[in-house]
Amino acid sequence: MRYFIALVFLFIGNQSLVYSQNKVSGTITNEKNEPLGGSHIHSGTAFVISDPNGNFMMNLPSGAHRIIVSYVGYKAVDTLVDVRNNMVLNLTLKQDISALSEVLIYDKSLKTNTTVDRQVLKVAQLERYSSGSIGDALKEISGVSTLKTGSTIVKPVINGLHSSRVLIINNNVRLEDQQWGLEHAPNLDINTAGKVSVIKGASGLQYGGDAIGGVVIIEPPVIPVKDTLYGRTILNGASNGRGGSVSSSLFKGYQTGWNWNLQGTFKYLGDVESPDYVLSNTGTRENNFSGGVGFKGKHSGFTAFFSYYDATIGILSASHIGNIADLVGAINSGTPNTANDFTYNIAAPRQEVRHYLGKLNYYQNFSDLGKLTLQYAYQLNDRQEYDIRRGDDRNKPSLDLLLSTHSVLADFETSSSKIARYKFGVSGTYQNNFADTDTGVRPLIPNYDKFEAGIYSIATFALNDTWELETGLRYDYSRIDATKFYLKSRWDERNYDADFSDIITGDFGTQWKTNPDFTYHNFSGSIGAKHQINTNLTWFTNASLANRSPNPSELFSDGLHHATGQIELGDLRLKNEKAVKLSTTLAYTSDTFAFEINPYLNIINDFTLLEPVGLEQSNRGAFPVWQYRQVNARLMGLDVSANYDFAKNLNFRSTFAYVYGEDRNNHEALIDMPPINWNNSIHYSKSEWHHLILGLQSEWLFTQNRFPDNDFIADVPIDGVFVPTNVAISQPPKGYHQLNFSSEMQFNAFEKSKITVGFNIQNIFNTNYRDYLNRTRLYVDDMGRNFTMQIKLNY
Amino acid sequence: MKMIKLVPMALIALFTFNSCSSDDDAQPVNEEEVITTVTVTLTPQNLLELPVILISNDIDGNGPIAPQITVTGTLTPGETYTGTVSLSNILTNPVDDISAEVLEEGHEHQFFFNAPGVGTFAYTDLDVNGKPIGLEFTFLAAADAVSGNLTVILRHEPIKTAEGVAEGIITNAGGATDVQVVFPITVQ
Repeated sequence: MRYFIALVFLFIGNQSLVYSQNKVSGTITNEKNEPLGGSHIHSGTAFVISDPNGNFMMNLPSGAHRIIVSYVGYKAVDTLVDVRNNMVLNLTLKQDISALSEVLIYDKSLKTNTTVDRQVLKVAQLERYSSGSIGDALKEISGVSTLKTGSTIVKPVINGLHSSRVLIINNNVRLEDQQWGLEHAPNLDINTAGKVSVIKGASGLQYGGDAIGGVVIIEPPVIPVKDTLYGRTILNGASNGRGGSVSSSLFKGYQTGWNWNLQGTFKYLGDVESPDYVLSNTGTRENNFSGGVGFKGKHSGFTAFFSYYDATIGILSASHIGNIADLVGAINSGTPNTANDFTYNIAAPRQEVRHYLGKLNYYQNFSDLGKLTLQYAYQLNDRQEYDIRRGDDRNKPSLDLLLSTHSVLADFETSSSKIARYKFGVSGTYQNNFADTDTGVRPLIPNYDKFEAGIYSIATFALNDTWELETGLRYDYSRIDATKFYLKSRWDERNYDADFSDIITGDFGTQWKTNPDFTYHNFSGSIGAKHQINTNLTWFTNASLANRSPNPSELFSDGLHHATGQIELGDLRLKNEKAVKLSTTLAYTSDTFAFEINPYLNIINDFTLLEPVGLEQSNRGAFPVWQYRQVNARLMGLDVSANYDFAKNLNFRSTFAYVYGEDRNNHEALIDMPPINWNNSIHYSKSEWHHLILGLQSEWLFTQNRFPDNDFIADVPIDGVFVPTNVAISQPPKGYHQLNFSSEMQFNAFEKSKITVGFNIQNIFNTNYRDYLNRTRLYVDDMGRNFTMQIKLNY
Repeated sequence: MKMIKLVPMALIALFTFNSCSSDDDAQPVNEEEVITTVTVTLTPQNLLELPVILISNDIDGNGPIAPQITVTGTLTPGETYTGTVSLSNILTNPVDDISAEVLEEGHEHQFFFNAPGVGTFAYTDLDVNGKPIGLEFTFLAAADAVSGNLTVILRHEPIKTAEGVAEGIITNAGGATDVQVVFPITVQ
C-alpha cells in the first residue's frame, strides 16, 4: 500500500513537472548505517517513500528546495538543497529517544509493585513547592499528611504513620538522616526530584521490609539519550518569612549515551508570622548542591551522583520550655511568651544539619535474561542542635551526632518471559553513629555500629489480559552494637540490672558504661493482585507483612531531651514491631473523570509509641517523663481522590483521608492520628491566554475527637503558692478551614526558553488555626497569610 | 568534576571507618549545666544568732532521683537576714560554680523569691543594666512564729523590663526556668 501511494505520488510529480527535471536520489539510514525503509521524503508537493533498502528517488525542477525527511522514532531532517543536476542525497537520521519513551508508556510489559496503587507527584506539582519541603508537597496525595515542628520542619505521615515507619528512597538510596526524631525532617532538597511516588504500606519490598507506614520514592529527572542541553531556574519570593529561594538545574545529554547534570538551591527566610504575632526564631537557610554524571548504553550503563544538603533551621523561641511550670504557663496563656520583632537572625534553639550523599550505580542488561543493577552509596549526616545555654557552653551544640552509612545493593530483574517477571536482590548496610561528647550534655543517642543485611525476591505474573498477581518475600538481619553510658540511678529505675547486668563493661562513678549488642531477625512479605475490570476500572488488592527493629531513640533514650524539654526514656527490652496491612483500591479513569477509593486495615503488634507517664523532680523543677511503650494497635482508614474535568477549561479535584487508630490493649485512641482531612480545588485553564491557570483550593481539617487522655496534674507555683494544675497536653486543637489561591501564566522569553510566572496566596483570610500534628501547637498559632511569587525559567 | 567530589568523600569515609572502630576508650559525659546543688544562706544581722542554711541537693542531676532538701536552723521573728544564693554542679571535677556564671550573665538571669506569710525579700544586687539579679538579697522574717515554704526560682532570659519583675514579681517575667526549689522554713 505504502509503495502504491509512493508510486502514485511519483507519477503525479512526473506529470506536473515536465521541464528541467533533475533526479534526486539517495539512501536514508540510521546512525548504525541500517537502512530506514519507509522514510517519508517531502519537497513541496512532491512526496516519496524510501524502499526497504532505504533508497529513494524523486524528480525536482532546478532551484532551491526544502527537503524534509522523517521516520517514526527519529528526528526529522529539514534541509535546503540547491538542485541543479541529478544529484545524490544520502541522509542519516538520529534516534529520538524522547519520542520513543512516549511510545513505551503504552507497552503493557510487566513491572514490579503493580498490585498496589502508586500515587505520583510530577514535576509541575513539585515545582510549586520549590521553596518548601518534600513533606509539604506530599500532602497533595490523599492519605499523606504532615507532622510538623513549626512551619519548616515537615515530616510525611502515611496513613497515620511516620518517622522510622516511612522509608524515604532518594535516588534509589534509602535515606539515613536520623529519621527517628519527630523533629528531624527529611534531609533532601525537593528541587532535585523529577518524580515522587508513594507506596502506602510495606509492599515495596525491594526498598526494605520495615515500611510499616509506606515508602516515598524520589527519582531524579530522566535525561534523554540525545544531544541536548536544558535547564531550569526557579525564583521564589514569600511575604511571610520575607525571603525566598532560588534553584537552578542544568542537564546535558549526549547522543552517545553520556549525560551530566548540576543543580543547586539557595534558600533564605526570616521569621514566619502568624495572623497575630511574629513566630520568633523560625527563620531558615538552605544551601544545597547536587551533581551527577552517567552513561546509558543499550547493554550497560552507570550513574555517579553526589548531593549536599545544608540547612539551618530556627526553632520557635516560645517552645523553649524550662520545666513543667513553664509548660503550663505557655499552654494556659494562649499566646507565646516570646514574640519579638521580625528578624532574619536565627538564634538558639536551632538545628544545623548537613547531609552528604554519594553513590555509584551500574547496570548490565543481559539481552534475554534481564537486568542486573549494582549500587554503592555513602551517606554522612551531620546534625547539631543548639539550645539556649549558659556561660562557656553558649555556643556549643547540646546535641552533635555524626551518622555515616555505607550501603550496597544488587538487584536482578528478569525480562525473559512476557507473563512472569522476577526481581530479586541482596543488600547490606554498615552504619556508625558518633555522638560528640564535647557538648557537655549526655547524648540520648549513643555511639553505635549497625550491621544490616537483607535478601528479597518478588514475582509478578500476568495470568491473562486482565489479571496480574504479585508475591514477595524478604528477610532482614539487623545487629546494633552500642556503647552507652547510663546514670546508675536511671539504670536502677529502669530495673535493667535484672535483665542486662551482663552488658555492663565499666564503672564510672555515677555512671555505668554498657555495651548493648542486639540482633533482630525480620521477615516481611507481600501478596497482591491487580484486575483490569474493564478499560476504565482497575481493582488492586494487597496484603503485606512488615517487621521493624526498634530504632536507637526507642532503645537508648535515657534523659532530658533538650529540644523538647521532656525526659524521654527508651527501653532496651523493646521488640520488633510487626504489622499486617490489608489494602484494596478501586480506580476509575476516563478522559474526563478519575476516581480512586482505598480502604485499608493495618494491624500492628508491639507498636512503639512515646507517651507521658509522670513527672520527675530536679533542681530545675518537675519535668514531664515520656516513655516508649509497646501496645497492640489497629489502624483503619479510607483514602479517596477524584479528578473531574467538568467543562472544557474547568477541573475539579478532591482528596479525602480518614484514619481511625486504636490501642487494642487499653481500648483507647492512638496518639497523634491525623484528623479527617478534606481538600477540594477548582482550576480554570486557558491555553490560548499564555497557558493561564487559576486555582482555588480549600483545605479542611476536622477536629480530631479521638485522642488518649494523657493530661496529668503537676504542682505549679502560682504567686508563690504551689497549686495542683492540670497540664492540658492531650486535647487536639479545633479543626480549621483555609482557602488558597494559585495562578500562573507562561510566556516565550527567548528562542527556546519559556518563562512561567506564578502568584499564590496561602491562607487568604489570614485564619488563626493550630494543627494537631504540629508540635508547636501548644504554644502558638500556625502560619498566617502568605503571598508568594514564582518565576520559572525553562531553557 | 566527579573525581573532585569523590576524593574528599572517600577520605571522609575512611576517616569515619577508622574513628568508630574502638569505643573502648569512650568516656562518659558529666553534664556541665546541671545544677546539682542550690544553697541559700540567710545570715542574721544580729551576729549573736546562727545563720539558716537551706540546701537542695540533686545527686543525679536530670536523673530519676529527686533532690534532697536540708534545712538547718530556724528564723527569728522580726530579724533581718542577709541572703545569698549559691549554685554548683558537683558532678564535674573540679566542682563547677554556676552562680559565678549567673553573675557574669546577670542581665540574662533573675531569681524570684517567695515565702508568703513567712517573710519579705528585697534585692541588693544589680546587673549591668541596673536591674536586680537576686544572688544577694535581704530577708525580713515575719514578726510572729509561723511555718511555710520558701520558693526560689531562677529564670534564664526573663523580660527584666516587664512590669513588676524588678520588684520580684514573677508573673510577667517569662523566660525559661533554670532553678525551681522549695524549702520548708520556720520562724520561731
